[in-house]
Amino acid sequence: MKSYVLKRLLIMVPVLIGMTIIVFSIIHAIPGDPAETILGQKATEQSKEALREQLGLNNPWYQQYFTYMGELLKGDLGQSIRTKVPIAQEILPYLAATAELTFAAMLFAVFFGVNAGIISAWRQNSWFDYICMLVALIGVSMPIFWLGLMEQWVFSLKLHWLPSGGRMNQRDPVEAITNLYLLDSMLAGRFDQFWTVVKHIVLPSIALGTIPMAIIARMTRSSMLEVMNSDFIRTAKAKGLSQFIVVYKHALKNAAIPVLTVIGLQTGALLGGAVLTETIFAWPGVGRYIYEAISFRDYPVIQSGILMIAFVFVVINLVVDLLYAAVDPRIRYR
Amino acid sequence: MIQPVLQVQNLHTCFFTDRGEVPAVDGVSLMVNPGEVLGIVGESGCGKSVTSLSVLKLIPEPPGKITGGSILFKGRDLVPLKEREMRSIRGDSISMIFQEPMTSLNPLFTVGDQIGEAVRLHRGLRRKEARRHTVEMLRKVGIPRPEAVLDEYPHQLSGGMRQRVMIAMAISCNPELLIADEPTTALDVTIQAQILDLIRRLNEENGTAVMLITHDLGVVAEMCHRVVVMYAGKVVEEGAVCDIFKNPLHPYTQGLIQSVPRMNEQRSRLFSIPGNVPVLYADMKGCRFADRCPSAMSLCLERLPELREYGAAHSCRCWIHETQEDAV
Repeated sequence: MKSYVLKRLLIMVPVLIGMTIIVFSIIHAIPGDPAETILGQKATEQSKEALREQLGLNNPWYQQYFTYMGELLKGDLGQSIRTKVPIAQEILPYLAATAELTFAAMLFAVFFGVNAGIISAWRQNSWFDYICMLVALIGVSMPIFWLGLMEQWVFSLKLHWLPSGGRMNQRDPVEAITNLYLLDSMLAGRFDQFWTVVKHIVLPSIALGTIPMAIIARMTRSSMLEVMNSDFIRTAKAKGLSQFIVVYKHALKNAAIPVLTVIGLQTGALLGGAVLTETIFAWPGVGRYIYEAISFRDYPVIQSGILMIAFVFVVINLVVDLLYAAVDPRIRYR
Repeated sequence: MIQPVLQVQNLHTCFFTDRGEVPAVDGVSLMVNPGEVLGIVGESGCGKSVTSLSVLKLIPEPPGKITGGSILFKGRDLVPLKEREMRSIRGDSISMIFQEPMTSLNPLFTVGDQIGEAVRLHRGLRRKEARRHTVEMLRKVGIPRPEAVLDEYPHQLSGGMRQRVMIAMAISCNPELLIADEPTTALDVTIQAQILDLIRRLNEENGTAVMLITHDLGVVAEMCHRVVVMYAGKVVEEGAVCDIFKNPLHPYTQGLIQSVPRMNEQRSRLFSIPGNVPVLYADMKGCRFADRCPSAMSLCLERLPELREYGAAHSCRCWIHETQEDAV
């Protein structure tokens, strides 16, 4: 297992380097003069040239890349053109907000998706199965913005059960430590705040988690159906084990690999920021942050955003691969 | 009279498919006495495996269903039992070994975990005790260095070792009846002999009754006390091993015996019974072997013969003998 983890970590290095090269090239391929973007169209040629010299834009591209990499390794993502604040500092709360929402949405999606898939497979062609798969089909095809608006209309506007947007009550802000409000409110010992944060996160996580839930349910069902016909399931039954243990112990572990893959991919997609959900629920996440940067042509922010999303995917792939190995000894010992 | 361990009476197991009802087991009766090894032989698709799975009520339902008959285990009928009661019998007093050791063990759990599961369930042993018991079982089935194998996964073992693990699992609760469904089919010949040896030893030492399902007459001759020959869901001949081999009555049994390759005979081609086991459907007429039978008569196509006794505990389902007897 140790050597597997080590090997897997080493593979990450070239992937990460390749990723920075691609992101760097994309930004360089964008037409237009960065100096002009920063100083505005009315700037004199002289001041633009001075800025280019200051930013090192006159250096050859490989030198620029190494400078960029050097800064990146120090944790410096550059400065936002719009706000003049270092991006590394500015992006953190947004990342935390997105991470928290993703966590809640995936918790919802995995719990309901996996269980619905298992029970559907277990009771194949039953009413439960038909209803689950119908709901899953509707879930996959539902536009997020519509679902979000309906949720707000029903649960906030009509029933007044849950707030319609934001992460927290503005008048009673959470003391930011990690910027993960669920955690911060607990750390501060403010359980009343924790409860308020939970109430805020329910609607957006359902809106965001519905599509992944439907995909996970369908994947779990098909994977379980395949496993349930295996010889070792018959062996498990012949031992006298209860159906519950046969399904949740013997079958589920064998069905887990494709399900884990889907969960990983969906988590990555959500962590990249869900612009629609974040906009509808006024959620200050990465999606909205990048979206605003795009509308202002704030290139350093866009670049950092792309880099972050790519990095998140690489890390999630790593986690999924390690989970594969934890589940299946044949991967571990290879 | 001794009470048989297992007495199957007029068992009917059907599969309900899109193309109609398939009577895979059609009125089968057989019994296994204490300490006996009963062989069930026949080609693929004869209903041997379905019979054995029916005994444990492991027929996938739907599409399968036991539609009639009784399965008396030590005098108690298993057919009407609820799933819950059946579970307390499976793996405890009746256990089963399957054909494919490669796929019959769960690849994601250690050998120790899979064997220990049964004793922990049926005997209520704790983890540690189960572990000790499992080591003992592994030693009993002849696995070298059992303490190490305990923590290994099935993919780290050879086919023969896996089948030994399957057997260890099956005997871990000291069953009264062991059903072995083609236990050696997927193994090398040398390993086959070892596994058969092991099963016989368990039978002799523990007095475990064995129901051995196979298509290999060599295995039957080696292992069994009595044989049931099945064809197309029906018992066609039944008797003691020596009677069956010396004096096979049914043309199907005769064909099977002739199909065994022999070392002491020069033959250019091996003998085979022409044709295949027929596709079964509900209202079949006549003897099911008729279209492959070398001695078929017109009567065979119209009416199904009864299973009748010819001599001590030797019965056969064939018109030839009935008509001969009538003539006498």
